[in-house]
Amino acid sequence: MKETSPYLLLIVILGIAMQSAAQSGLDSLRRQPIDADSIAVDQKKWQPDRDPIPRDYVQQPPLVPHSIEGYEVNLKSNKCLTCHSWANYKEAGATKISQTHFRDRELSVRANVAGTRYFCTQCHVPQVNARPLVENQFEPVDAIKQR
Amino acid sequence: MMPNNKSSETKSGLRQTLGRPSTRYSVAFLIVSGIALGVVLWGGFNWAMELTNTETFCISCHEMRNNVYEEYTQTAHYNNSSGVRATCPDCHVPKEWHYKVVRKIRASNELYHKALGSINTREKFEAKRLELAQHVWDSMKATDSRECRNCHEFGSMDLTAQGRRAVEQHEKTAKEGKTCIDCHKGIAHSLPDLHDVDPSAVVGESRATD
Ligand code: HEC
Ligand code: HEC
Ligand code: HEC
Ligand code: HEC
Ligand code: HEC
Ligand code: HEC
Repeated sequence: MKETSPYLLLIVILGIAMQSAAQSGLDSLRRQPIDADSIAVDQKKWQPDRDPIPRDYVQQPPLVPHSIEGYEVNLKSNKCLTCHSWANYKEAGATKISQTHFRDRELSVRANVAGTRYFCTQCHVPQVNARPLVENQFEPVDAIKQR
Repeated sequence: MMPNNKSSETKSGLRQTLGRPSTRYSVAFLIVSGIALGVVLWGGFNWAMELTNTETFCISCHEMRNNVYEEYTQTAHYNNSSGVRATCPDCHVPKEWHYKVVRKIRASNELYHKALGSINTREKFEAKRLELAQHVWDSMKATDSRECRNCHEFGSMDLTAQGRRAVEQHEKTAKEGKTCIDCHKGIAHSLPDLHDVDPSAVVGESRATD
């Protein structure tokens, strides 16, 4: 009689382990078998323009209370600033960017909006009506709670 | 007095000519065939006007296709919820006949610059863009944004269905004598470099102080 090769045994054990892992529903982040299309995310509608949204903590970049569809920000122009810059805010009826937006990363104050504050949507995000992915019980401090 | 005399002279002269028989064809025949020829030429002229009034024609030049057209396909005038599209001539060529002819004559300038290669690369186009945009802004300002109003009419806008920023601004438009293009620049294409137009809306300190 020939002895069974230890390698063959190893392969069989590995195979069984992999099988059971697949059956027990080990999830990939994508949640789809490798050969299937990924699930499309739901299309969400931008919310209509509304009043400024209350802030939840003092240093929070305020949320954008209006649609920003089609607004371009690049090195040649910044659509947001055509309404929010100090030169334009009155005309547009918008809030002007605060002093902090003129401070660069060395904390020196520039004559124009700082490069670190130029790409507005890094910090200010528009809203869609979506269910929060994670439950959240955050409460603002009393000093800024809306009454 | 002089001009009057002159015109009555030409009038009687004209009557004589019309009355006189042509040596080979009757004047009536000449007139009829003249009109017929006119109709053909006229039709051909208008046909050419229509042919050159299409988006396909506009983007047959790469100068138009690779720059402004590409950008326009990302905007609401190309793709929106109601599926109504505004094409290049809708915004750039007047509908009324006489304005249209004037625009077409001015368009021969585009042929000239096509031949010169004034904007035949992306770099050249961007360098000249502010100047071109300024032409468009100026002419829209001068016509009170006539082409926009062919489709959009304040009277037909349901302000209650518009966003609050829109309502606030549209309500004061008439009061301040503003027109669509004053507030709606860059709706169909990327804006040109604003350093010299509105330095507060672009990064870096104003060029003038450089
Ligand atoms: C057409 C003019 C216009 C443009 C363009 C515009 N905004 Fe606004 N924005 C407004 C107005 C008006 C308000 C509301 C002010 C109010 O109602 O008090 C506002 C409010 C905001 C607020 C809330 C401020 C607060 O105190 O809560 C943020 C943040 C903001 N905008 C960010 C942006 C960003 C980011 C962009 C570019 C992607 C942008 N906006 C483009 C006009 C504009
Ligand atoms: C690095 C993050 C960051 C970027 C980028 C940024 N902001 Fe802000 N913004 C903030 C924070 C934080 C606040 C709130 C605290 C403050 O005023 O500094 C704020 C406040 C504001 C406010 C409200 C000011 C007020 O007086 O209440 C407006 C309007 C605003 N930003 C607009 C903009 C615009 C427009 C841009 C793009 C040009 C921009 N921000 C870029 C972080 C940012
Ligand atoms: C023969 C190629 C060609 C075609 C076809 C063409 N363009 Fe242009 N267009 C150009 C060039 C080149 C320029 C730049 C002119 C200059 O440098 O002054 C230009 C400039 C423009 C400008 C800027 C106007 C200005 O006053 O400076 C507009 C607007 C424009 N074209 C729209 C159109 C539209 C709309 C159509 C279709 C009806 C069209 N073009 C068809 C080549 C073309
Ligand atoms: C051929 C008709 C037509 C012409 C001409 C036209 N538009 Fe529009 N416009 C539309 C349609 C259709 C929509 C999309 C409506 C929707 O979202 O369903 C639209 C949307 C808009 C919007 C809202 C979306 C956005 O881009 O912010 C603005 C602002 C606008 N038009 C301004 C203008 C201006 C300014 C002009 C003149 C330069 C103009 N339109 C010329 C048909 C036209
Ligand atoms: C005083 C400035 C101003 C003038 C003048 C103006 N608009 Fe507007 N319009 C706005 C603002 C601000 C908004 C909202 C922000 C945005 O869409 O960028 C807006 C929004 C719009 C919208 C989208 C409305 C919605 O909420 O669905 C259309 C369409 C439009 N304008 C067309 C026009 C037309 C056409 C004219 C000329 C007859 C005109 N506007 C003149 C400032 C103006
Ligand atoms: C909804 C109206 C609208 C439509 C549709 C439109 N344009 Fe324009 N176009 C404008 C306005 C307004 C400007 C002035 C610059 C600006 O505000 O972006 C302009 C500017 C231009 C310029 C000057 C360069 C520049 O970018 O400023 C050219 C060239 C041009 N358009 C060609 C075209 C061509 C080609 C098409 C079709 C593919 C087209 N446009 C469709 C409104 C429109």
